[in-house]
Amino acid sequence: MRDRARTIHRPSRRTTRVLAFGVAATLASGLLAGCGSDDDEGGDGGDVELTIGVFGQFGFEEAGLYEEYMELNPHVTITQDSISENADYIQQLRTRLAQNSGLMDVQAIEVGNIAEMTGDLNGRWVDFTEYEDVDTGHFLPWKLDQATTEDGRIIGLGTDIGPTGICYRKDLFEEAGLPSDREEVSALFTDWNAYLEVGEQFAANTPGDADYVDSAGGVFNAVVSAYEERYYNSAGEISYQDSEGVQTAWDLSVQAAEAGLSDAQQQFSDEWKSALANGAFATIASCPAWMLGNIRAEGGEAGVGLWDVAQSPTPSNWGGSFVGVPEAGSNKEEAVKLAAWLTAPEQQAKLFAERGSFPSSAAAHELPEVTEATDDYLTDVPIGQIFTAAAADIPTQVIGPRDQVIQENITNGLVALEQQGLSSEEAWDSVVSQLDNALAE
Amino acid sequence: MTTDHASAAPPDSSGGAAPRHDSGKTGKKSAKKSGRDFSARELKQAERRSRWYRWDLKYSPYAFVSPFFIFFAAIGLFPLLYTGWAAMHQVSLTDPNQMEWVGFENFSRLWDDEFFWNALRNTFTIGIISTVPQLAMALGLAHILNYKMRGSMFFRVALLTPYATSIAAATLVFAMLYGRDYGMINWALGVVNIDPVNWEAGTWSSQFAVSSIVIWRWTGYNTLIYLAAMQAVPNDLYESASLDGASRWQQFRHITIPALRPTIIFTVVVSTIGATQLFGEPLLLAGSENGGAQSQYQTLGLYMYETGWFNLHLGRAAAIAWAMFVLLIIIGLIYWLLTRLVGKSNGEEA
Repeated sequence: MRDRARTIHRPSRRTTRVLAFGVAATLASGLLAGCGSDDDEGGDGGDVELTIGVFGQFGFEEAGLYEEYMELNPHVTITQDSISENADYIQQLRTRLAQNSGLMDVQAIEVGNIAEMTGDLNGRWVDFTEYEDVDTGHFLPWKLDQATTEDGRIIGLGTDIGPTGICYRKDLFEEAGLPSDREEVSALFTDWNAYLEVGEQFAANTPGDADYVDSAGGVFNAVVSAYEERYYNSAGEISYQDSEGVQTAWDLSVQAAEAGLSDAQQQFSDEWKSALANGAFATIASCPAWMLGNIRAEGGEAGVGLWDVAQSPTPSNWGGSFVGVPEAGSNKEEAVKLAAWLTAPEQQAKLFAERGSFPSSAAAHELPEVTEATDDYLTDVPIGQIFTAAAADIPTQVIGPRDQVIQENITNGLVALEQQGLSSEEAWDSVVSQLDNALAE
Repeated sequence: MTTDHASAAPPDSSGGAAPRHDSGKTGKKSAKKSGRDFSARELKQAERRSRWYRWDLKYSPYAFVSPFFIFFAAIGLFPLLYTGWAAMHQVSLTDPNQMEWVGFENFSRLWDDEFFWNALRNTFTIGIISTVPQLAMALGLAHILNYKMRGSMFFRVALLTPYATSIAAATLVFAMLYGRDYGMINWALGVVNIDPVNWEAGTWSSQFAVSSIVIWRWTGYNTLIYLAAMQAVPNDLYESASLDGASRWQQFRHITIPALRPTIIFTVVVSTIGATQLFGEPLLLAGSENGGAQSQYQTLGLYMYETGWFNLHLGRAAAIAWAMFVLLIIIGLIYWLLTRLVGKSNGEEA
């Protein structure tokens, strides 16, 4: 009895033990494998699998560009990995660049991060000038400059840009006794002071309780972006405290807030979206092409035909992206070809027609998809022509690696001024102390 | 934490393996008694087998518990120590491999860091205004639920549902409720002619808003813990108390509360740890890592996140993480001392 019981027991116990070891070993090896790099070989001339990392609704896949490329190049298979927020995407990209592993063959880079990439990390990226097939001549010069390193390497090809106009509500302008025609409104906005004067007329005459502009931060962004030097000087040093652009923009924003012209929103917050949907403000001071997507998304059915785009007194660029090819990739040749094709004028024009991402390629601006483009939500607004005209006036900006942090903190200072009742001096002091802390190594 | 002997099950030192050890020996003896002759090879084999048995008995328990410790070492201990190591360096998130030794500078600069103290203060005040009402309400609710009542199971489940929702979902809904222009709370205030409150912008109002999410989410959980403890209180005590003419309030004060003391201490400790690490609610209230334009509700966890992942200073963020860790240990020691003192003053063995 006893022995039989044992013989029955033994194997099962051994099995359990083996199992336990097995499970532990599998889990442990899984942990270790996470640290390893995966080098899948790309054959020459054989089938190639390309991966591309993007963020948000980047549009390549949505506009059918991958499918088109795979039809043209049957040996290529493209897989996209998309992360919804750039903030999360860039963190992952930074970590992977630092480890030089886990990178996709092609990676998107937002303009806010491009200075970081052309700086310390530029060695991790492929230099497009080394590839003869890649034509970089069709891009807007300032766009190309942004992705060029000090020693002339081009590490990113531009996808889209964000040339700005001023978006305004036609119906609210009419109610306040202001002209609503695009040409006439554009003529009113001779400079930013004139823009605020129109605001005072609007505030005095509007029958409802709509405000003139969504936020003081929006005014700041619109004004400061027209200056070549904003947060960094041309020597690449942080200089926001002495910058003429920042000072002018700050003063005008404070003026707008103190005159009660602003709805004191934080752009892109839920409250801002509701305010946009409810017509709580009449203008968006810095309104790039992609902002029309937000207007459409929040405005819904009720908002069809209410908005129009006037010319900005100082058009500038807000947003836009690049694609780059990491050096660590195993299919660099093919990846470079794909990146060049995706950013070629024809594809950029298609992306604009399908997704409203405005081309960074000057050659694309000549194509009928752009010149004849009108917006069906704004109804018959010739957005192609409006934004092409704006794109021509965009200054070449000095951009620095910490632009985003600086701008975000200045915007926060304006929120504190608008919502928490700080004076202009108090708000500015708070910006400086926040930034001293944020920028100190 | 608590030194309640009744609830702590002392681990059996030699464990459940001992009886099996005996059975192994008996097995070997009985095999020898069977009187068969053994060749040298067989003996050797038996010897080896018995050695295997011994090792099996001796070491396999360690193998069985090892996964936990391997995992703890890999994802608990190692990060903790590595964070401490990183805190001694200047590291940028843009290039985490480039570490420059700075010693304790990251810690010493925290003394002069107004934003660190601001975050610490906020963590403390939010901790107080979320934990105190939460536990008080939980105690009251548990007392009510402890009575015989219809549908008590329904109420118990209903109380636990907030705990089962995700922080993100709950916070987004609360953020909409607390909206300045389109929030439901300001709308309700408007109905009774009270001026709208800019919840997110004010220091107290925003901290109250964050706390309310915590309270909403955790009250039910604590209620159930109290309820379970209350049901373990012998009914005779209440019976004799009511025979002596004690009112329900007196019963609650003189029977329920003393009986629940270890449980209350447990919930206070757990809530304090949760409050110190508060992160998701303040992050999602306005969807920014600043905790408000003036950092008016930025907690320590949020400040660490901002420093490391937005301002890119990983070394400084690591120092903040360690400061939080040390803070929790100090709080733990204080609670431990308090429980000892409370136990002694009641004449109990501490």
